Amino acid sequence: MSPLGPLAWGASGWGDEIAAGLWLTVRLALATLPVGLAIGFGVALMKQSRLRVVSGLGELYTTVFRGLPELLTIFLVYFGAPRLVGDISGFAAGLIALALVFGAFSSEVLLGAMRGVPDGQREAAEALGFSTGAAFRHVMLPQVWRLALPGLTNNWLVMLKDTSLVSVVALTELMRASDVAARATREPFLFYLVACLLYLALSIVSSFIAAWLERRAGRGIPTAGRA
Amino acid sequence: MGEVFAFIGFDPELFARYAPALLSGLWTTLSLVAISTPLGFALGIPIALARYQGGATTNALAVGFTGFFRGTPLLAQLFLLYYGAAEFNGALKSVGLWWLFRDAFTCAALVFTLNTAAYQAEILRGAMAAVPAGQTEAGMALGLGRAMINRLIVWPQAMRLALRPLGNELILMIKASSIASVITVVDLMGATKRAFSGSLSFELYLWAALIYLALVEIVRRVWNALERRWRIA
Repeated sequence: MSPLGPLAWGASGWGDEIAAGLWLTVRLALATLPVGLAIGFGVALMKQSRLRVVSGLGELYTTVFRGLPELLTIFLVYFGAPRLVGDISGFAAGLIALALVFGAFSSEVLLGAMRGVPDGQREAAEALGFSTGAAFRHVMLPQVWRLALPGLTNNWLVMLKDTSLVSVVALTELMRASDVAARATREPFLFYLVACLLYLALSIVSSFIAAWLERRAGRGIPTAGRA
Repeated sequence: MGEVFAFIGFDPELFARYAPALLSGLWTTLSLVAISTPLGFALGIPIALARYQGGATTNALAVGFTGFFRGTPLLAQLFLLYYGAAEFNGALKSVGLWWLFRDAFTCAALVFTLNTAAYQAEILRGAMAAVPAGQTEAGMALGLGRAMINRLIVWPQAMRLALRPLGNELILMIKASSIASVITVVDLMGATKRAFSGSLSFELYLWAALIYLALVEIVRRVWNALERRWRIA
């Protein structure tokens, strides 16, 4: 058998199992993203509140979920959920835990970006007759988005790698699929290396997409790079 | 008193039974971080220098190293070197390195060192690159060699810039060290998991959470004090 034989597709190899794990990893990360962003956005708005109780709660949230090890957050959700709402699946536990963490980190990025857009922008929009909501959506949000993108890209890359931790609560994503294959074939080095390379590929693809999004978000903004 | 404890969900009997195990786990966590972070810093310096002013080959090697360790999950690196190394135990024995991979604790310390070296190297490279070019040029005008310029001019200024991100990296290492529990190291996380499977008391996880949060908060405060001290006047 060739050295890559264990990676064959179908019944003779583990290629299709690994691919299924990879696909589950991608789905978990993509499903976590909107939930985490929504939490991050909400917490960023809370931190901007003039009510001390509300901004304090926002700060507390960030301190807790940035400070806890991601692995512990996953356990807290997985073993804590049955006491509150009943048993949940590994996918749901992973999604909730990763979204809580993503929300904590991205709230800091979004808060910085919101503060980075000059107040004059909102005032100008209101002077032109935009309602508060419309000014936020059409004038503020696109600029917040541009400023937040590099930080959010970082948050995404960290979360993508953290999906591997969900393997400990019995979700057969890429890490666990590789683990199962490594044990069954007794070829741990090959399968863990393949897992590493696939994560690396996901990171690289993400970076390309992020660079494209950044170029798009920066349309019409002169930068040092292009005169 | 008992009613108060019950109200806040604190069980003194449970505490008496498992506190020693958790404390010993905490000691393992602290040892892991105390070994890996300084070693990673020491390893990060040459890697940062290779990125900062190395030739094409050393630069490419440094890019490959940092790219791999920053682009893949720590858990995958841990599995690769702990379980993967077993395939090469003959070769590792012949070069006298098998002890490093055989034991879960030393293997975790090794992987954490390599991982944090990659992150710290990027921090140091960025900090060195952020020192204005005029500083280096002034050193050259004074007739200093490259090593002297690095050591006397660039490095002290870069360290000030690197202080904050290095503190963040230390916090990330404390959190990441919990991943060692997956390869059977009984750190704070591992001790908590064991105690949980013995008692099925969810509050054990909450204690662990409080301990981790306290550790992170201590580092944050120490680092704020360091920053005030080293602030450029």
